[in-house]
Amino acid sequence: MPCSSGGTALSIIHFWALIFIYIWAGPHHLHYTALPDWAQTLGMTFSIMLWMPSWGGMINGIMTLSGAWDKLRTDPVLRLMVVSLAFYGMSTFEGPLMSIKAVNSLSHYTDWTIGHVHSGALGWVAYISFGAIYCLVPWLWNRKELYSLKLVNWHFWISTLGIVLYISAMWVSGILQGLMWRAYTSLGFLEYSFIETVAAMHPFYVIRALGGALFLAGALIMVFNVWMTITSGEPESAQDNAPLQPRLVPAE
Amino acid sequence: MTTIEHKAPRKSLWSKHKIFETNSIILVIGVLLVISVGGLVEIAPLFYLKNTIEKVEGMRPYTPLELAGRAIYVREGCYNCHSQMIRPLRDEVERYGHYSLAAESMYDKPFQWGSKRTGPDLARVGGKYSDEWQRAHLVDPRSLVPQSIMPGYPFLTKTELRFDDIADDLRANRGGGVPYTDEMIAQAASDLRAQATPDHPKTGELESRYPKVQARDFDGDPTRITEADALIAYLQVLGTLVDFKLYDNKANIR
Repeated sequence: MPCSSGGTALSIIHFWALIFIYIWAGPHHLHYTALPDWAQTLGMTFSIMLWMPSWGGMINGIMTLSGAWDKLRTDPVLRLMVVSLAFYGMSTFEGPLMSIKAVNSLSHYTDWTIGHVHSGALGWVAYISFGAIYCLVPWLWNRKELYSLKLVNWHFWISTLGIVLYISAMWVSGILQGLMWRAYTSLGFLEYSFIETVAAMHPFYVIRALGGALFLAGALIMVFNVWMTITSGEPESAQDNAPLQPRLVPAE
Repeated sequence: MTTIEHKAPRKSLWSKHKIFETNSIILVIGVLLVISVGGLVEIAPLFYLKNTIEKVEGMRPYTPLELAGRAIYVREGCYNCHSQMIRPLRDEVERYGHYSLAAESMYDKPFQWGSKRTGPDLARVGGKYSDEWQRAHLVDPRSLVPQSIMPGYPFLTKTELRFDDIADDLRANRGGGVPYTDEMIAQAASDLRAQATPDHPKTGELESRYPKVQARDFDGDPTRITEADALIAYLQVLGTLVDFKLYDNKANIR
């Protein structure tokens, strides 16, 4: 059930708009560098424009659930996929925000960028992949269902907690370090040496490591679940695949 | 399992899109056409506009020893934690020095601007610390900076520099547009030895080819040329070639 979607026209616009605009957005990685200003400004403009097709795609994906929202409570695989779209929406809003030159002057070179990438890589790419794996494995190995939906549930909550810890730590450390680099004393001197800003990152790197470990633990639960599905799952019987017959046959 | 039914698309523009969905070659051609618009407008002009790279005095190609050091910098992944691009922001200019010019990395193939500062920017680290400091710091960063989280690279001072292919390295860079002359390529190995050996008879020749070159023993062991010699020679030249007392930034308004 979660492996199908509607909305063809919107997804076609999403696809072509994304690839047309994305190539223009490259200079948002090079704000305030020696790249000519016109290219930086063009890159920022198109990065902000990217927000629209990204959210068009995100809304299209989420609206696929119209009329079936109750399934979120009972189907953890579907929940993985919907949360992946939520992370996609969040990081494709954060991206245009960070491409604004004034914001980028703070975020560039810091962990904020790392956090942004991971909300996309772990929250969007990994979650939609996990959802696809949970869908495809029973199909490919001809199994009636997954070994355990309860374990999918555990995977979902453990890795969600991991992502939240990871990206929150990166937000705080990134913004903190960016502000420390540009902090001045009342006498007009730089307030912090570089190494003081490195030392300030320590607690956040511990939280980040914990978040990453939780995410990995969730993925290992998935590996176990997939393995058990393949090796010991109940095969889908041929009867289930037979075309439906009317139960009552009229008397001759 | 239930499936959400696809509504059959109306006979319209959308049905014509099917050709992209069923023919991968046509899809690839379509994608290439669509992305080439942005590429042509935004990337291609940078190679032809003269003001992409400003005119400055003093830039020269890396010496063979510096180039070998740069290869070690890339090999060890230093760029993952150190940028070489100072932005024109008040705090960066005060912390690191004059903001970086495009011309200062025009002989870097590929450039080392970086995107993350887990450690400080290195665009102007040349001459900021002594060779002894650099050597001790590479061996054990925490012996000099107790709170440092940089890994140590103690093997660099123990590993002889392999440079039998250094001439090929210069030649490859020339292929990428770095103006190495035939003479520089022919004398590459000799120039490398001359720069890392104190009182070498060919130091004068080296200086004539590479102005302002710093020739000395960098790693504290004059008898051997190690990877630390090359890396420290590279670090000590970073950001030192352009004399900013003479640089006229008004001449390059773009």
